[in-house]
Amino acid sequence: MEYFAALGLEPALHLNLADLEQRFYKASRELHPDRFARAPVDEQKRALDRSSILNTAYRTLREPVSRAEYLLRQSGVASKDLPPGFLEEAFELNEAVENGGDAEREKLRGMLEEIDTRLASQFQAWDESRGAEVLQEIRRTLNQRRYIENLVNGHLPD
Amino acid sequence: MGTFQIDFGAEDASKIVGIDLGTTNSLVAAMDLTGPRILGPIVPSIVSLTAEGDFIAGEEARSLLLENPERSIYSAKRLMGRGAQDVAAEIALFPFRIAEDSEAVLKLTVGDRTLTPPEVAALVLRKLREQAEENLGSPVTQAVVTVPAYFNDAQRQATKDAGRIAGLDVLRLVNEPTAAALAYGLDKRKQGVIAVYDLGGGTFDISILKLHDGIFEVLATNGDTHLGGDDIDNLLIQIAAEDLGGVAPAPADFQKLRHAVIRAKEELSFQPSARIDVTLSDGRAYKRDLTREQFEKLILPIVDRTLGPCRAALKDAGVTVEQIDEVVLVGGSTRIPLVRSAVRNLFRAEPHTELNPDEVVALGAAVQAGILSGEVSDTLLLDVTPLSLGIETMGGVVSKLIHRNSTIPSLATEQFTTSVDGQRNVLIHVLQGERELVKDCRSLARFELKDIDPVPAGLARIEVKFTIDANGILNVSAQDLRTGKEQTVEVKPSYGLTDDQVEAMILESVEHAEDDFLARQTREARVEADHILQSVEKARQSDAWLQLPDTERTGIDLAVNQLLMAYHSDDHHVISAQTEKLNQATMTLAENMMNTAVRGALKGTKIN
Repeated sequence: MEYFAALGLEPALHLNLADLEQRFYKASRELHPDRFARAPVDEQKRALDRSSILNTAYRTLREPVSRAEYLLRQSGVASKDLPPGFLEEAFELNEAVENGGDAEREKLRGMLEEIDTRLASQFQAWDESRGAEVLQEIRRTLNQRRYIENLVNGHLPD
Repeated sequence: MGTFQIDFGAEDASKIVGIDLGTTNSLVAAMDLTGPRILGPIVPSIVSLTAEGDFIAGEEARSLLLENPERSIYSAKRLMGRGAQDVAAEIALFPFRIAEDSEAVLKLTVGDRTLTPPEVAALVLRKLREQAEENLGSPVTQAVVTVPAYFNDAQRQATKDAGRIAGLDVLRLVNEPTAAALAYGLDKRKQGVIAVYDLGGGTFDISILKLHDGIFEVLATNGDTHLGGDDIDNLLIQIAAEDLGGVAPAPADFQKLRHAVIRAKEELSFQPSARIDVTLSDGRAYKRDLTREQFEKLILPIVDRTLGPCRAALKDAGVTVEQIDEVVLVGGSTRIPLVRSAVRNLFRAEPHTELNPDEVVALGAAVQAGILSGEVSDTLLLDVTPLSLGIETMGGVVSKLIHRNSTIPSLATEQFTTSVDGQRNVLIHVLQGERELVKDCRSLARFELKDIDPVPAGLARIEVKFTIDANGILNVSAQDLRTGKEQTVEVKPSYGLTDDQVEAMILESVEHAEDDFLARQTREARVEADHILQSVEKARQSDAWLQLPDTERTGIDLAVNQLLMAYHSDDHHVISAQTEKLNQATMTLAENMMNTAVRGALKGTKIN
């Protein structure tokens, strides 16, 4: 997986952010186009390509959600399923948000926190087992997370 | 006199200069052994057309601005990379006229001539280039030029065009607040999070940076490319115009008023009150006293406009006010006490002002030039793109490809296909901005994918790569994934000059610039020749001359004659070579004279 490789890492869902930053800085010092300002044109072009991939990789891997989305995409996991039982709950939530106000939104934020805790343990489970079924679970949790986030931000989900 | 060197390898060895191309003033700097150094005086960013029909820039142009406002242009940076309709409201405040044929490219009328904003900037850049060449004693062909962090793609492209027209290869555009951070951070090796608040003549920028072991990582940037000291000036001029009966002042009076209000504004940074006192061309006198309190009340809305972008930048950077370790002030308008107190209140920190706010950006540009040349190692700038980049999709909606505050260079790829059987072309509309709809974003360019292999609808697979380079400028390339061949992309910029137009302008001006440089070098060579010729004539009266053997004297006479023959050559190398020959021929003479002088001096000490 290109983004992990760009930072010299094996694919993983839990990353040490301080280590990630150090890797990013070190690679930037080597690859940044500033280092090739007086180099031949093709070397300049290569530096531009490699450092733009590095920057995009760091930006993607820094945040747990975008990191997981990337890993799932690369692994070909693309379902739109939600966790079992959540759909019924979702209809109620929709209505509550439409009629209600701040109290409902507060409740949603609480749910987001709960989801993030669940994601963290699912991330750990995948890092240990690399199991395909865990990835499917993570996919469903992320779908649920996006659903609730949309509700919090006031967009009704499609 | 030293030995003369002809350096044919000058291309590699020549200095990369750093240029602060400001709305009001510009400056050039370069690295030397001790650090960045300003080369020569401040150059006002003003261009004038002389009575002889020549364009001049800088201080001379500024004096013409008062006498002949219709033949002068200032603050042209505010018009860079913009269309005629775009600037209509703004230009009403300036005494410029837009030329008739400005539909495609904005042109300004200057006397009986027209200039595009990049050409105006190029004249200022050329002035700076000459100043740098004089100061360094060698040709300058490469530069780092600063731009407001919040400049969009078209404004950046226009700045690069200006460099090309001035005969400068712009190796890098650097954001002004980031340059300021480089100037501050270079010798201090700071760690932590800093905010750079940059309020100049025409633009406002705020940048939040993280400093770590010589890496300057920009976390977020925000700003307003039309907010600065000019707005304060225009406000005061408007009040004066109202006081004078609400009639727009004649151009000459406008300049007098502008001059007077700028002076009052500057005085109010140091004094509790100032007086505006102008005698108009019809003999009327306009007098008005302004206290600092009144002034601050007037400009408060302008200062407040800077706070929104500051808060947005903090939010995007993901830091709180408490996490900001230091605040740096940049730009002449940060001398205003109200601006300083607004910054102090917002960031709850005493802002840094150790470096001259007028010079700090140019110094930082020189540091970046040093990074590119390799003179400065261990320091690296990681900047961001200020605005999101997207493409038009169905229903006039913008689909974002690269988000604002992404570290640059950055890239995004997107696949396109055809919607009709046998379709050969696909048009991609690229926009910059944060809004959802095409009409609310800024159109950058239309890219046309041409000569696509004719296949049934939906079967074509064209991968388009959007790259924002380290200058913050967009590059687009495309590949047909089915055939693997590179796809032709034709660019139609929405604003600004086409490549051909820039080329034509370069041809017009670069040759002039080279001529000018050669002419100056020739002049300098003649000055040196004059110098040694005069010394030799003087030496003929001395005892030392009489003591010389005949062969030496003949040799000197020969060298003098040869130098006189070379003197009117246009080639400075020829003059300098003969000067050096004469220098060699007079070695013994010079030694003799020195000895005589020393003997004289020794004699003198004994007597006393």
